[in-house]
Amino acid sequence: MAESELQPHPSPDRAYAGGTSHAHPSPKEYVRIGAILGLLTAIEIAASYTIGGAALIALLLTLAIVKFSIVVMWFMHLKFDDRRYARFFVAGVALAVTLFLIVLMLSRVFLR
Amino acid sequence: MAQASIEHGGAHDGGGHQASGGAHETSTGLPNTKLAMWLFLASECLLFGALISTYLLYRGTSAEGPYPADVFDIPYTSVSSFVLLASSLTMVLALSAAQRRDIARMRLWLLTTALLGMTFVGGQVYEFTSFYHEGLKLSTNLFGTTFYVLTGFHGVHVTVGILMLLSLVGMSSADRLPDDPSFPVEMIGLYWHFVDIVWIIIFTVVYLIPTGSPSS
Amino acid sequence: MASVSVQSPTAGGMLRRPAATTGFWSWFTTVDHKKIGILYGVTAFIFFIVGGSEALLIRTQLSKPDNTLLSAGAYNQIFTMHGITMIFLVVMPMSAAFFNYLIPLMIGARDVAFPRLNAFSYWAFLFGGSFIYSSWFLGGAPNGGWFGYAPNSTTDPTIGMSFYAAGLLITGIASSAGAINLAVTVINMRAPGMSLFRLPVFVWMGLVVQLLLAFSLPIITVGLFELLFDREIGTNFFNVAKGGNPLLWQHLFWLFGHPEVYILILPAFGIISEIIPVFARKPLFGYQFVVFSGIAIGFIGFGVWAHHMFATGLGPVANTAFGISTAIIAVPTGVKIFNWMATLWRGDIRLATPMLFAIGTVTMFVIGGLSGVTHSVVPSDYQQTDTYYVIAHLHYVLFGGAIFGLFGGMYYWWPKVFGRRLGEGLGKTHFWIMLLGFNLTFGPMHILGLQGMIRREYTYPASLGLTFWNQVSSTGAFLIALSILVFIGNVVISSRRPRTFEADPWDGRTIEWMTTSPPPDYNFAEIPQVHALDDFWHRKYAEDKSGRLVPVQAGAAAEAGAHEDAGHGIHLPNPSFWPIIAAAGLPLLGYGVLFHWWMAGLGAVLVLVAFYGWALEPSAE
Repeated sequence: MAESELQPHPSPDRAYAGGTSHAHPSPKEYVRIGAILGLLTAIEIAASYTIGGAALIALLLTLAIVKFSIVVMWFMHLKFDDRRYARFFVAGVALAVTLFLIVLMLSRVFLR
Repeated sequence: MAQASIEHGGAHDGGGHQASGGAHETSTGLPNTKLAMWLFLASECLLFGALISTYLLYRGTSAEGPYPADVFDIPYTSVSSFVLLASSLTMVLALSAAQRRDIARMRLWLLTTALLGMTFVGGQVYEFTSFYHEGLKLSTNLFGTTFYVLTGFHGVHVTVGILMLLSLVGMSSADRLPDDPSFPVEMIGLYWHFVDIVWIIIFTVVYLIPTGSPSS
Repeated sequence: MASVSVQSPTAGGMLRRPAATTGFWSWFTTVDHKKIGILYGVTAFIFFIVGGSEALLIRTQLSKPDNTLLSAGAYNQIFTMHGITMIFLVVMPMSAAFFNYLIPLMIGARDVAFPRLNAFSYWAFLFGGSFIYSSWFLGGAPNGGWFGYAPNSTTDPTIGMSFYAAGLLITGIASSAGAINLAVTVINMRAPGMSLFRLPVFVWMGLVVQLLLAFSLPIITVGLFELLFDREIGTNFFNVAKGGNPLLWQHLFWLFGHPEVYILILPAFGIISEIIPVFARKPLFGYQFVVFSGIAIGFIGFGVWAHHMFATGLGPVANTAFGISTAIIAVPTGVKIFNWMATLWRGDIRLATPMLFAIGTVTMFVIGGLSGVTHSVVPSDYQQTDTYYVIAHLHYVLFGGAIFGLFGGMYYWWPKVFGRRLGEGLGKTHFWIMLLGFNLTFGPMHILGLQGMIRREYTYPASLGLTFWNQVSSTGAFLIALSILVFIGNVVISSRRPRTFEADPWDGRTIEWMTTSPPPDYNFAEIPQVHALDDFWHRKYAEDKSGRLVPVQAGAAAEAGAHEDAGHGIHLPNPSFWPIIAAAGLPLLGYGVLFHWWMAGLGAVLVLVAFYGWALEPSAE
């Protein structure tokens, strides 16, 4: 939230359609992204039947984070949008993750 | 409820124009409604964060069954997950159509999204019912309590999203949307995708990561 | 109180809209941020009287040992309602009143970003507060303390804590909607040239508070739902018999509860940061430091919640970490104190009533802040936990800090809102009686606490030797009540004097003083172009070569307000019925969960219909 970035400066490219750049993916790209998401989900499900233990948990969490990021960046187009939206959302996600990890640590969940 | 109000709040207020969300009138160049939506979604992260961590806190601590492994039907829920994921795809296709002002296709995709959402919620109702008949009630154990409340909150969010999607289709058919309907479609889309990413986390944390029963 | 003297602004009479914006009924449909601000203020003040009366009952009960005026059960309900009222129904909405009224004026906007949502927030707050108070007639008020610790709150056989959970959920919806609305307003609705670092400190504190609300309320929302579900539909979240962990409630509550402390105090910090420079005739010392320490307080405020839980056995590592973070948060707070002091240093000080309250806020808050630092010392905290020492501390920050600051703000902005000043003589009388009464009430509680008097006990035996200081404390409480009567008298008397319509009675620095008092519906006939921090001051004064202030002639002061022909073609949002209708559905949902489910159905239908009406409402006439 530095001074320069939140200053009033309605520059023409930002003003169009509410700060959304037009570089949205085409329907074809959307379908491709959808297919990737489906594939990752299929891997998740397959993994849950084949492997176990810590490796499975690590893999599943990684895949979930990847899927989460793909949807946020492409479908919610944060990747193409004004950075300031992303800042708010990342603040929310980061705060939630930090606070609740501490709560779970204080409750000794990871020592079980 | 809060989300619905925010959703529509900016559409007419403050002299904003729907198509551009009044963007050129704001200090930052960002439309009020979209900024409000992202702030709302950021605060929703804390809501689901609290719910998911409640689930994690009590994960595997139920003193009596049924335990997750006794009731979960992973293939069934996997299909549900694919359905919700697909609805996110149809949602962006609706937005893409709206941006091209292809109104007919936009309505079709919005309707498809709503139908996929309904399939998901219907699946959840069926799932809840069958778990209930297998002896897992809200009050049975900590698993029942945390599972129903977490997934129930998510289900309510999906339901609100379905209502908004259907309203959007209705308003479009009644010709009450602006000529460029992409802004409201984009806003409802943001909400819809958020509900989808919450499910991505829930599906992994609740269903896929195995929870041993205390004996194992 | 305020409604006595409220009339619609007479300036800008050209801007009569077909949909009534004046008259009694217009208050129910208004979307004007100024009217909503006044509604917030009046409602919060009424709740202040109610919560204050509850405090007087508490102090009367404790004024002598083995008192039987109140039963233990009644006492539990009264102290719980006192806490809930003062925090959720007084300080928060009173701050909301100031934010609503002033933020658009201070940033040079015509209204908030979402005017109808703003109205919805107010009505949801009013109905939520009334919902909680209806519990007195429907089976008993909440009785588990304002923090509602489980499992006491889940197993209590009376219905009180269900009202607590459902009621606070409703006021939480109000606050969340308001928070997002005002945050977007500050970020997006600033006048040209009003960059972030030209915002008045009050607006900055407003933004920090709204972000704190937006990020902390969802957490307590989950906690309250879990509490409500445990009580009403048989879940096991805090049910120890099924393995539930009551500490989860404490985590969820204090994850919200500690940011809440800053939600309560930062508005007062913002108010006195406006008052002190005006009455010292100096710019605020270290504006950026004050702003950044406000942001730092907000941020660190999320990392100290477990200091409320030192005595629960979190372990030495956790206790040490949270002790350190608690000590650290004193640093940005101290920075602010020194900035205010440096602003006063060598200032041309006028001790008008707002200034007295501002100085009172600083001094009383320092005492509360210092006793707060003693809580960060974990072994010391073990001794203080659940004693009157904590009561003393929290009242020094929330009454000595927040309430004094809010009263200062009322005296300061009263002429802007109502076009007439409050009396100075009575104002100063109010201040000195309140200061004396406040210190007599809460000062002795430090001693009582360290002598071992514990909170939430409805009486104490004479043999404990606690009687004397309790009597001093009770006397002080009635002095506070007297001072509030003086304030009410001041309001009534001043409302009978003719209005002066002074636009700039205090020689102010910020742009809300540029427009007329009271401001026209559209705030500014022409949106001001902002060139500097304290823009209005720089329009009035310049410095000569020797650095002395000289008034700028011509074209300076308060003409930006309403000319007779001003205000043409300014689009203002129309009044709407839908916010109040949507909000009316919320208490029905609450009663539905507590009593009969069909009521909840009715409430849901009402909310749904209202939101459709809302969405389909045409934007202009």
